[in-house]
Amino acid sequence: MDELDRKIINVLQEGFPLAEEPYKVVAIELGITEPELLSRLEKLLSDKTLTRFGPMYDAEKLGGAFSLVAIKVPEEEFDKVTSIVNSYDEVAHNYHREHEFNMWYVLATESPEKIDEINSEIEHRTGLKVFNMPKLDEYYIGLKLTA
Amino acid sequence: MDMKIKYREPLLPALAEIDEKDEALILLMQTGLPLTPTPYSALGNEVGMTEEEVISRLTYLNESKIIKRFGIVVRHHELGYRANAMTVWNIDDDKVSELGACMGGFDFVTLCYRRPRRLPEWPYNLFTMIHGKDREHVLSNIELLVNQCDLKTVEHEVLFSTKRFKQRGAIYRK
Repeated sequence: MDELDRKIINVLQEGFPLAEEPYKVVAIELGITEPELLSRLEKLLSDKTLTRFGPMYDAEKLGGAFSLVAIKVPEEEFDKVTSIVNSYDEVAHNYHREHEFNMWYVLATESPEKIDEINSEIEHRTGLKVFNMPKLDEYYIGLKLTA
Repeated sequence: MDMKIKYREPLLPALAEIDEKDEALILLMQTGLPLTPTPYSALGNEVGMTEEEVISRLTYLNESKIIKRFGIVVRHHELGYRANAMTVWNIDDDKVSELGACMGGFDFVTLCYRRPRRLPEWPYNLFTMIHGKDREHVLSNIELLVNQCDLKTVEHEVLFSTKRFKQRGAIYRK
């Protein structure tokens, strides 16, 4: 990744034009040509620096639900519990963290009811208590990182 | 006074008003925007809409905040952000909004959510995600937050992640 790739990533994180030739608009802003921008984007996507180029939706507005869930997993059971939790397609990500609450996963489901359903199943299958912590309020959704 | 605090569960947000054509566009763009000079026209061809209609529907989805953000989804790790800490704070209920807004105003805070406490095991009600090039960077940013948002007396913990088992974008399905 070079300086131009970084500039492209930073500019595109600001948003994308809803115009007939949006890539041309962005290319002009960056002082490069449209084909150059497109080929850089293709490369950044194919080498997986970027996962996706497009809109991020508010799944809750579309009827879906999200929740963050934590479990205190005994170290010797960690692998077993990981494979149970990760077996659900609705688990969007799962992180091990340094704490007594050492497993943290995010559920993204089609409906709020499904969150409880999956959590009860996980409790039942692992024999461990799950701590469901849905978002109550949000103060920032930046998710913008300087490349 | 001995008071038992009851935590409210999140209210379900109002469902957005979208029709079948909006939904077709949403589904089509889940894999991303086509990398061609006129991407909206290309999308339109696939769902039988004109370029103009695609742009006007996307403008609506954007303005009604159904599209939270239009742009790219970056992978933290690949950009050199190797450390991420979920920092959790136990804040008086009547101060959460004020302090949440203060923390959320910093560039290095990528998420700032209020969540329910789960007493007695879990006393924390504000969660901030802080990314950094390394752990030292993350910790000095947290110190900056503590000083700038007046959090010196607020109980908090820093949970570094050690391993990522799964990461996929949320998928919208019907």
